Amino acid sequence: MQQERTKILKLLQNNSKLATADIAVMLGMDEAVVIHTIQDMEQEQIICGYNTIINWDKTDVERVTALIEVKVAPQRGEGFDRVAERIYNYEEVTSLFLMSGGFDMTVFIEGKTMKEVAQFVARKLAPMEGVLSTSTHFVLKKYKEGGTKLEQSKKDERLVVTA
Amino acid sequence: MRNPLSDTVIKMKPSGIRKFFDIVSEMPDAISLGVGEPDFDTPWNIREEGIYSLEKGRTFYTSNAGLLELRQEICNYLERRFRLSYNPKDEVLITVGGSEGIDVALRAMLNPGDEVIIPEPCFVSYVPCVQLAGGVPVTVSLKNENQFRLTKEELEAAITEKTKILMLSYPNNPTGAVMEREDLEAIAEVIIKHDLYVISDEIYAELTYNSGHTSIASLPGMWERTIVINGFSKAFAMTGWRLGFAVGPAMILEQMTKVHQFAIMCAPTNSQYAAVVAMRDCDKDIVRMREAYDQRRRYLLDAFQKMGLSCFEPYGAFYIFPCIKEFGLSSEEFATRLLHSKKVAVVPGDAFGECGEGFLRISYAYSLEELKVAIGRLGEFIEELREGKGND
Repeated sequence: MQQERTKILKLLQNNSKLATADIAVMLGMDEAVVIHTIQDMEQEQIICGYNTIINWDKTDVERVTALIEVKVAPQRGEGFDRVAERIYNYEEVTSLFLMSGGFDMTVFIEGKTMKEVAQFVARKLAPMEGVLSTSTHFVLKKYKEGGTKLEQSKKDERLVVTA
Repeated sequence: MRNPLSDTVIKMKPSGIRKFFDIVSEMPDAISLGVGEPDFDTPWNIREEGIYSLEKGRTFYTSNAGLLELRQEICNYLERRFRLSYNPKDEVLITVGGSEGIDVALRAMLNPGDEVIIPEPCFVSYVPCVQLAGGVPVTVSLKNENQFRLTKEELEAAITEKTKILMLSYPNNPTGAVMEREDLEAIAEVIIKHDLYVISDEIYAELTYNSGHTSIASLPGMWERTIVINGFSKAFAMTGWRLGFAVGPAMILEQMTKVHQFAIMCAPTNSQYAAVVAMRDCDKDIVRMREAYDQRRRYLLDAFQKMGLSCFEPYGAFYIFPCIKEFGLSSEEFATRLLHSKKVAVVPGDAFGECGEGFLRISYAYSLEELKVAIGRLGEFIEELREGKGND
């Protein structure tokens, strides 16, 4: 079963829109089993969501992304989790990771403008209790996200019929 | 002026693939399921090594047999994957694709008039290569009901005093058939009894979907009478790098290397350096691509079943070989009409030998999305044929 779960996860990771009927055929499984397995994994929060990878640069929506390195003072009895929760509850925060190395947390923030992001850091993040320092880096261009290349203009250049 | 051409070459039939290629090429908006090469890019670490070797200025010849380092890696790989043992010093030849290996093996082994048994349907080059080497091709028509495996009775019936070599090609292009250990054991008995040699084209060895591939050279008594041809094109998606290899007893390899030396000199150096990485570090890439092919294979089998198209389950390569005899059209008529009315290109089965008549070769070296569109159209076409039949 663990193997089947991994196979389903791999397929969904590449394409969360894949129909359960297709998954069933591709893996040689019963569709009902596939549906059931996916529901189980949703309930167990192995599958936590089905987001879409969007290249916002191709739309007229203004959007900037920043990566912020944060140094945090862990709190007694709660480690980093309490601070982490206070950070990730902000809607502007799209990702948050606890890190090894020279700083403690990586925060990804999305905002309409650089100013908006800067204000979030200055007003919300930096003054937060337990946050010792922040270092903000703006993303200039996204090439690949979640395993997907954002600019794929690949044409099939193979000869149309070969032996 | 006298005729500048060789009688042997003039008599060779042009590839049936070529004719169909010309027709499809004139329809740029057609979806083709006619391709005989992977849709994946060569794994990046292999490409990166190729770039690095160019940056380092490794643009010289290698030894005729190929880089010793690569030959050593090939031996490790064959041992690891197929339990085949060869000495990198004198039992391995790096060739320009598997195709050159086939040609060189035949030229090194055949005397004029020697017969070579070629089970069909098969890859298009075997018959012409035998002819060019002065041999006589003796084709055997394999049967759908045997899932296009060669049986010992079929082999036995084709053997004459002059038979010297059996060309074996499993997993098979175009049928997708495999021969498992017990199938090979049955024919090995006949091969040994009649003192034949085997050229075993195992270019699709990594692409099997039931059990792993068994090489006929790994059976008792077969190592010393088998030349195994393999390469990087299919398993590592490296078709354009033109790199393959042949392994076998030193006594034969020595003569093959001589032919290769005079005709080719050595395989492309850049490709050889890149291939070292393929042999050493890319088992996981093979698994990734094999899994994807297997998923598409299951999808096609299921789709054919739903449209009532008769097809045995192929366990190898990336082809499926459905039977279209129920429609009363020749393979070529079927393929041509499908192309014109639905803009889907498939290859008529008879391009791979006369006994492929009544079948189509459909390649699944395409993304699932592309396959879905193409198979949808094939389904419509079949519906229309069946309705047309009902009206008669």
